[in-house]
Amino acid sequence: MKIGYRNMKRLKHQSTVAACYILAVIFFFPIFWMVLTSFKTELQAISVPPLFFFEPTLENFSIVQERSDYFKYATNSIITSFGATIFALIIAVPSAYSMAFFPGRFTKDILLWMLSTKMLPAVGVLMPVYLLADSAGLLDTKTVLIIIFAMMNLPIIMWLLFSYFKEIPNEILEASRMDGCSTMDELRHIVLPLSWGGIASAALLCIVLCWNEAFWAINLTAGDAGTLTALIASYSSPEGLFWSKLSAASTLACAPIVIFGWFCQKQLVQGLTFGAVK
Amino acid sequence: MKNLKILAGSAILAVASSAAVQAGELTIATVNNGHMITMQGLTGHFEKANPGVTVNWVTLDEGTLRQRVTTDIATKGGQFDVMTIGMYEAPMWGAKGWLHSLDFGSDYDVDDILPAMRGGLSANGNLYAAPFYGESSMIMYRKDLLDAAGMTMPDNPTWGHVADAAAAMTDKANGLYGICLRGKPGWGDNAAFITTMANSFGARWFDEEWKPQLDSPAWNHALNFYVDLMMNYGPPGTPGYSFNEILALINEGKCGMWIDATIAASFVSDPSQSKVADVIAYAQAPVAVTHRGANWLWAWALAVPAGTQQSEDALKFVEWATSKEYIELVGNEVGWGSVPTGTRSSTYQNANFLAAANFADAEMKAILSADPSNSTQDPTPYQGVQFASIPEFQAIGTAAGQQFSAAVAGRISVEDALAAAQKAAEREMIKAGYY
Amino acid sequence: MKVSYTKALQAPSIILLLLWMIVPLSMTLYFSFMRYNLLYPERTGFTGSLNYDFFLTDPALFDAVLNTLTLVGSIITISVVLGMGIALLLQEAFRGRGIVRVMLISPFFIMPTVNALIWKNMFMNPVYGLFAFVSGLFGWPIIDWLSDLPLLSIIIMLSWQWTPFALLIFMTSLQSMDKEQIEAAEIEGASFWSKFYYLTLPHLSRAIAVVIMIQAIFHLSIFAEIFVTTGGGPGYDSTNTTFLIFTQALLQFDVGVASAGGVFAIIIANIIAFFLIKTVAQGMAK
Repeated sequence: MKIGYRNMKRLKHQSTVAACYILAVIFFFPIFWMVLTSFKTELQAISVPPLFFFEPTLENFSIVQERSDYFKYATNSIITSFGATIFALIIAVPSAYSMAFFPGRFTKDILLWMLSTKMLPAVGVLMPVYLLADSAGLLDTKTVLIIIFAMMNLPIIMWLLFSYFKEIPNEILEASRMDGCSTMDELRHIVLPLSWGGIASAALLCIVLCWNEAFWAINLTAGDAGTLTALIASYSSPEGLFWSKLSAASTLACAPIVIFGWFCQKQLVQGLTFGAVK
Repeated sequence: MKNLKILAGSAILAVASSAAVQAGELTIATVNNGHMITMQGLTGHFEKANPGVTVNWVTLDEGTLRQRVTTDIATKGGQFDVMTIGMYEAPMWGAKGWLHSLDFGSDYDVDDILPAMRGGLSANGNLYAAPFYGESSMIMYRKDLLDAAGMTMPDNPTWGHVADAAAAMTDKANGLYGICLRGKPGWGDNAAFITTMANSFGARWFDEEWKPQLDSPAWNHALNFYVDLMMNYGPPGTPGYSFNEILALINEGKCGMWIDATIAASFVSDPSQSKVADVIAYAQAPVAVTHRGANWLWAWALAVPAGTQQSEDALKFVEWATSKEYIELVGNEVGWGSVPTGTRSSTYQNANFLAAANFADAEMKAILSADPSNSTQDPTPYQGVQFASIPEFQAIGTAAGQQFSAAVAGRISVEDALAAAQKAAEREMIKAGYY
Repeated sequence: MKVSYTKALQAPSIILLLLWMIVPLSMTLYFSFMRYNLLYPERTGFTGSLNYDFFLTDPALFDAVLNTLTLVGSIITISVVLGMGIALLLQEAFRGRGIVRVMLISPFFIMPTVNALIWKNMFMNPVYGLFAFVSGLFGWPIIDWLSDLPLLSIIIMLSWQWTPFALLIFMTSLQSMDKEQIEAAEIEGASFWSKFYYLTLPHLSRAIAVVIMIQAIFHLSIFAEIFVTTGGGPGYDSTNTTFLIFTQALLQFDVGVASAGGVFAIIIANIIAFFLIKTVAQGMAK
């Protein structure tokens, strides 16, 4: 009986692992294909049947390097994404904490209202925002992008943080309050460490959303504050074959975020182990 | 004495700082096509000749660029000092006073600019945008396939002949499609091409009272012809195909014919990106009942918005980039096959260029035969061959394009497509207050 | 005392979002009743309900709303189900789990325009795309994805991109599950489905609600992918409400009608949110 159970478990485990690998390959394949294409010539990129084996070339990367100031755009992307995320977190963490642990009658409504601020499609509100930014003298600045990115993603972060904070068992907080913990201490020493994984995942999502934000980044900038999405726009759909160049530009644009994500994923799984704490 | 020193000091400061303000940074918005990329690469020459001026490029795809610069110029945002615009915007914006009128010295030789180009970019007799490169449309076909089928292509074929040629070259079992044409919805995509087809069938977009004419027999003939042609001899996926998708197909050897912008010739004849570079031949765009408007006319041109702070430097740049000297520069530094064409007659008399570009003849013929103010069989109140240069056309053309692509996808009949397009056009014209 | 102090912590977020909402929203409402076309700046004035009339009598409107609802519903369903399934598979540790995690999340890092172009040209093209190639190898019929199944193609593209989002949130949420409870259930011989239904699902219910609400808001304004791949066509097959607003805002530059469209979009979004709250987000604040 016992042996049968263990074999079953191992078989289940192995098939789970196999499924995970297969799914990972499937999901990652388009990105793999894009990176592969960035090493092809334009003619190779459009070949029928699609080429898996070919002689790689670095010419696309050097074209991207020559044509546009990758580092300027990358720096702008980093500053606006991280800046907006930090700004949003500073506002959202205390707010979500307050809503999660001291909920009131209107907490749910406030949360829903926050999400509703995202209901107006950006294309519909371009003119008002453009005119506002123009009169404030903020067109083509990183400041305006940081503000807009932070406001756009604040509701998302609020919802995510609220949801993760809610998962902290009440017993822990009651125990700390009985020990005479003040609110600030509670926030810093108990809630934050325990929900660190959740905060990290919310931050990562926000950074990615800001990093990939194209509409405002292109429409409100003109060369000084352009981010990597503006760089990509200069490679998409010109007159003439462009796929390997676009793939190279996209690889360069996504690489920092993927690397960052790799470092983050270790953070994501720390922290939320309440079972052990109990 | 002290006061004098202070006065002198502040005067010097004032002069120095005003000099710093003038020698400035030009922000130039342009489309990400090959010729513009070349221009970006040669900016150093301009900066050397004009010390103190640096150029900041903003490169975008055509649709985004148009949105961006229109938003900027209409709200007087002042974000750009030089804008790359087309024959669609230049006359409209020039007439509204949004652009600086261009009046360069005699060295510039403005009379060298092809008349159709100059006319298409002017309003009220003033030039408002200097053409950087121009294009018309023509047929690019596989001579080898046509020879194998025992047919020839005259220089001015009819649509009937083109259909026969397409039938002869099609071999779907082997992935060979007789004709590839644009099908993606868009006023500058399928609508632009189908407009030229319709023009040659005797149709027009609007009559003299600005009433849309999509319910006319001529439009019906044209769209039926297009849909039949594509369904029988066109590649699958046509409803999604724009310039680059078809370029990929023809370069891979999948298309027998392609009717599109003359600039495509430089890509299909380039062995480094085309498998069929040496078997492509050219002919003028096909006609049905009239040759008027059978091939389109488009120019990407540089203009200076009226609200810019750096108008002097901006105008200098526009003059530099559209001059004869610039074309020489590109020819010498990059190659004569890569010079921006379609703007000046002198280019077509240049032996170096003619030697390097085997499509120069066909291209020049096409450009010279297109006239935006005379593009339809019956008179019209609008300028433009493959579009009507009115603000409403972008939305109307795109809505019509959506219907055209539904027809070629087999979703709806040609009659229904035209009826829906007609209704969409009427709505926009009424809203805009034409009647 | 303590309670009011903690309430004050919410103030910055509420005030900032209020400003962020009020100013553009009021401008949009204002413009929706005015004549305002960027290309005709000399034409101004109050037009009453004309902008709304125009937007609401668009023959494409019904299809656009239907497509919008289809898009939102399908993408959410696919990404939640798939995301949850994968998150469960990833619960047990194994060699290389870190790499697998990054590979599974990576689609979310790609820019939407690039995502669309990759799928359109590298996979879905019926002549030189990978899908056509593979179909040819196996003798399956070649599907013309973007012409015949435009909405489905867009759903596929977006589900690929958003399943990682759901996955990430579920993965993080599963970390906080009580392992002792699960082990106790296993020892008592509980089946996979009863474990899932009685333990995992309730624990994840809040995360599921969050994912659904957030994705709904995002998917209501899908634009870039449609613009790049199908241009709203063929016909109105892949037009959604945002695309209609785009046509007015950035092709026509008619700020008045675009603003009316924006107000319409908000109303639709509120209706959807209302239904979602009633069904999904009930237990949010418990």
